Amino acid sequence: MAPVLAFAESRGTALRKAALEAVAAARSIAGADPVHALLVGPPGIAAVAPELGRAGASTVFVCEHAGFTQSNPEAASALAADRARSGGYRAVVFVSTAQGRDLAPRVAARLGAPLATDVTSLVVTGDEIIATHPVYSGKAIATLVVTGAPAVLAVRPSSFAPEQTTHTATVETIAPIGDPSASRVVVTELRTGGGARLDVAEAPIVVSGGRGLKDAANFAIVEDLAAAFGNAAVGASRAVVDAGWRDHGEQVGQTGKTVSPSLYIAVGISGMIQHLAGMRTARTIVAINRDKEAPIFKVADYGIVGDLFEIVPALAAAVREARRTG
Amino acid sequence: MKIAVCIKRVPDTETRIAIAANRTAIVETGVKFILNPYDEFAVEAALQLKQAHGGDVMVVSLGPDTIQETLRVALAMGADRAVQLKTDGAPFDTLSVASALAAELTTYAPDLVLLGKMAIDDYNHAMGPALAELLGMPCVSAISKLTVADGRLTAEREVEGGVEVVTAPLPAVLTADKGLNKPRLPTLPGIMAAKKKPMEVRPAALGVARVVVRSLEPPPERPAGRIIGEGAAAVPELIRLLQTEAKVL
Repeated sequence: MAPVLAFAESRGTALRKAALEAVAAARSIAGADPVHALLVGPPGIAAVAPELGRAGASTVFVCEHAGFTQSNPEAASALAADRARSGGYRAVVFVSTAQGRDLAPRVAARLGAPLATDVTSLVVTGDEIIATHPVYSGKAIATLVVTGAPAVLAVRPSSFAPEQTTHTATVETIAPIGDPSASRVVVTELRTGGGARLDVAEAPIVVSGGRGLKDAANFAIVEDLAAAFGNAAVGASRAVVDAGWRDHGEQVGQTGKTVSPSLYIAVGISGMIQHLAGMRTARTIVAINRDKEAPIFKVADYGIVGDLFEIVPALAAAVREARRTG
Repeated sequence: MKIAVCIKRVPDTETRIAIAANRTAIVETGVKFILNPYDEFAVEAALQLKQAHGGDVMVVSLGPDTIQETLRVALAMGADRAVQLKTDGAPFDTLSVASALAAELTTYAPDLVLLGKMAIDDYNHAMGPALAELLGMPCVSAISKLTVADGRLTAEREVEGGVEVVTAPLPAVLTADKGLNKPRLPTLPGIMAAKKKPMEVRPAALGVARVVVRSLEPPPERPAGRIIGEGAAAVPELIRLLQTEAKVL
């Protein structure tokens, strides 16, 4: 075996959770061999390198440049491919986030390396890496055989749990390839819409609303339930996104996002096959629906039948009370 | 403006999937196939750009003869020409397919290459950026807004918790997300016209496949659902279960 390289995703000078998941995935296939992390960002990003060490990276290669103030896919992929070439790695690991999905194929193409994306488990057997990858939106699971080194792998968010060790990483400063400020693709702005809104694909708890809410304005009770948990994102069914009630970024299902939160609460969602495909890997599913025959109840660990306009506010109040006393 | 759109034939989203006896493919009999929904956004974007700037829209797909039906859908929407890169089956390996597409597109020399951000069957989200690297073009993936003027593009792409505004020079590769536009439906005259539009068939120059599907399995079953009660009266029991059984609260 050979070392494994994890790409440490960051935004501004902050590390993303995906960075720690990439290290965890890399550790799962590294065996006794070291895991290295690649961290690129604006001046100051090196301050987060110790977090990657505690997650299990033995060496963190850090590239600081003002050209990485915003996401810079061309310069980041050039650097990742160069590091992969010079380090003799078995694999280069990304997470299938908006950034990871953009970078991993570029790096694979630059290296002429095999690429597996949205991977949910990894096993090394001899010269092959065996990866599982949901296809048909989770209606089937493909087992992929990836031959050749380095393999470029992008693991699905929340599939590899970050570890906390007492390791301390060696930090090595590296130079960018070319001038990151001269990239053809330039991110001129990142609009975050005020505050730290949790993304439906990343949140540990997702509260989703569907047609049963009857009107876009009624999503206020879904938002309030999400707010009651404090760490929940709001999701939506395709029907209400197509109706223009909610943004596509919140859509869960085959033509939206696939989510694996600890808790998924489906409010007024019947549970069409294309919706179930996007959330069936949630650890716990709660369904609230008027129709006791709704397909969502077939996958719900806990179902409540009845009027969501009565149940959801009561649940929000009970969650606030539980969090206050708990 | 010359625009190439790479498209894929996929099973409809509402289709139930049955795994074939060889366990590496699905049973196609009785399955409704559609133009990949994200590729529809890409075709629509190409047609809107042609309407605004003039030019030519070529659609390309890779696969057996069954994909000609999907290419005709894009022609019926308004694309000018189609190319089938013929293969026996539907290869899974992204880079193998990307090299065949890149070879075809190099000949066409487009100003813009459009694709869906992913195909809803293989779920790879990878073809656009891989193809861009092979073509040496800049790439913006998963865009939900696009303007093109004076040889440059400005696009918006959704990222976790925000939206990036991105610019790049042409020629470029773009992948389409939902929200980019509302795809037109083929009209009857469009369907008739599509029958007379050129469809070229060439063998696909696939690269070496180093990622292969060994097997397909159904997803692990969830335990059967359980209804714990009716109305707001069931809320205290739900809270108790979330705290003591699921341990998520």
